[in-house]
Amino acid sequence: MKKKKPRASWGDRILRSASGLTAVLVVGIMIWMGWEMFISSRQSLHQFGWAFLGGRVWDPVHRIFGALPFIYGTLVTSLVALVIAGPIGLGVAIFLSEMAPATVRSVVGFLVELLAAIPSVVLGLWGIFVLAPFLGKVVEPWLGKRLGFIPLFHGAPVGVDLLNGGLILAIMILPTIASISREVMTAVPTVQREAALALGATKWEMIRIGVLSYAKSGIIGSVILGLGRALGETMAVTMVIGNMPNISPSLFSTAYSMAAVIANEFTEATYGLYLSALMEIGLILFAITLLLNIFARLLVWSVARGPKGGHLV
Amino acid sequence: MDARRNLLNALMMGIFSLAAVIAVVPLFAVLGYVLKNGLTSLNWAFFTELPGMMGVGGGMANAIIGTLIVVLLASLIGIPIGILAAIYLSEYDRSSWFSTLVRFTSDVLTGIPSIIVGIVVYAAIVVRTKHFSAFSGGVALAIIMIPSVIRATEEMLKLVPHTIREAGDALGIPKWRIILNIVLPTAAKGILTGALLAVARISGETAPLLFTALGNLYYAHSLNEPIATLPLNIYFYAISPYDQWHKQAWAAALVLVFIVIVLNVVARLAFRSRLRKN
Repeated sequence: MKKKKPRASWGDRILRSASGLTAVLVVGIMIWMGWEMFISSRQSLHQFGWAFLGGRVWDPVHRIFGALPFIYGTLVTSLVALVIAGPIGLGVAIFLSEMAPATVRSVVGFLVELLAAIPSVVLGLWGIFVLAPFLGKVVEPWLGKRLGFIPLFHGAPVGVDLLNGGLILAIMILPTIASISREVMTAVPTVQREAALALGATKWEMIRIGVLSYAKSGIIGSVILGLGRALGETMAVTMVIGNMPNISPSLFSTAYSMAAVIANEFTEATYGLYLSALMEIGLILFAITLLLNIFARLLVWSVARGPKGGHLV
Repeated sequence: MDARRNLLNALMMGIFSLAAVIAVVPLFAVLGYVLKNGLTSLNWAFFTELPGMMGVGGGMANAIIGTLIVVLLASLIGIPIGILAAIYLSEYDRSSWFSTLVRFTSDVLTGIPSIIVGIVVYAAIVVRTKHFSAFSGGVALAIIMIPSVIRATEEMLKLVPHTIREAGDALGIPKWRIILNIVLPTAAKGILTGALLAVARISGETAPLLFTALGNLYYAHSLNEPIATLPLNIYFYAISPYDQWHKQAWAAALVLVFIVIVLNVVARLAFRSRLRKN
């Protein structure tokens, strides 16, 4: 574009620099968040070093802080969520992108998005007053009777535990996995499907050969994005996990998660080191979710944003 | 051989359909209970009165107004920033390494836990100003909504045909006026949809408000005071020992879910009418 009249170019310069500034701001926010948390957790980093990650004791009264129980609770609930929501979310994505007629697709698609829209604090409320009694009185006694010999299902059923946290998280990440997998599958070129069908494949074979193998990395990306969401989810888990820093192999045990301990104790942290230890837990959570998201986004981008032509099987 | 393949095919199709059914069960289970427990607990006092002491009586008038204030504040900060950044990405710099970085960072920012945003804003604003405030809550929510506004706006701006911009150019209209007076209005409904969905998302956020807005039993008289919001109240009431407060938590959940769903539906309707028009 050639230079315009001076007045016009002023307008251009203002809009260009204002919008450019906000773009810089987005990157700045990210860097600033990492920096602010690093600074705030310096005291704890200095005091405990790497031992913080492996420390099993969390005792604010005696100034001993170890993050292991929280890391454990976060990982176990997230894994339970992934095991449940991964296959179901993928199934929903296949149903929506490959099978459903247009009307069913828009209705079910809308319902799944609505599930994503339910605030996590409302899911937590439901988890405390509906899911917990149901788990404690029906599901867990049943599981304990049949599968109690496995440590996973051993112990007294209470309903407010790792299993409840995992289930609530499964509900929360299901829409994430379903909608991003679906987006990736929709990006698969139609020729892939036509080629498979032309070779006499059944619909399932077409999906497996033509769609899934092509969209594989994007689907993995969607699952990792779901995992990232589960790791950092706060309110619902805080309300149903029991908030006790236990490390127990049983899913029926109360536990604690990284986000939950921050939510519960942050405003109660009465001295610098306590606050700093909580900040360090935040820093760990930030670092893990940041890395997972970078990795997952690269996978999703590689499929959804730049199809490199169909490689036929 | 073919029979086996067909059987497997039918089996897999059955499994995928079943997955779709299972996926909507929790939605109806949650909405059903919210509706049932919420309706029996909802009354006029809920909308007009302040919380009662020790779980007796009262309502959430302050939290309803508080939610509106904090969300409005966040929108006033977050939506313009998001739209401007999207204008930069779509109109000024589509494919440099910098715009790719911004786009990528924005996508990654979506995945950062909202409680992290809460503690960062606490460290940056609450610690420095030495008090919890509605303002810091609004900033935290704004940070959370910016990436979704950017993404939605950029996609809408990209849908605006290039010929429109060229027509403006041919008439000698300066670029900033083409963007503000031609491109943005063309994409307005789509941008509105994105903004409404972002507003719906932050309306239900609780974690970032725990250490910023904090909550308040009374009305907040300025943005420098702690303020009550519906999501915060649902949390505090749900973990309280009082039955009456549990009931009010359900009532608040009903009101919140109602707001969120209405925003979602309105956003979608706006988008649909945009498609029909084109």
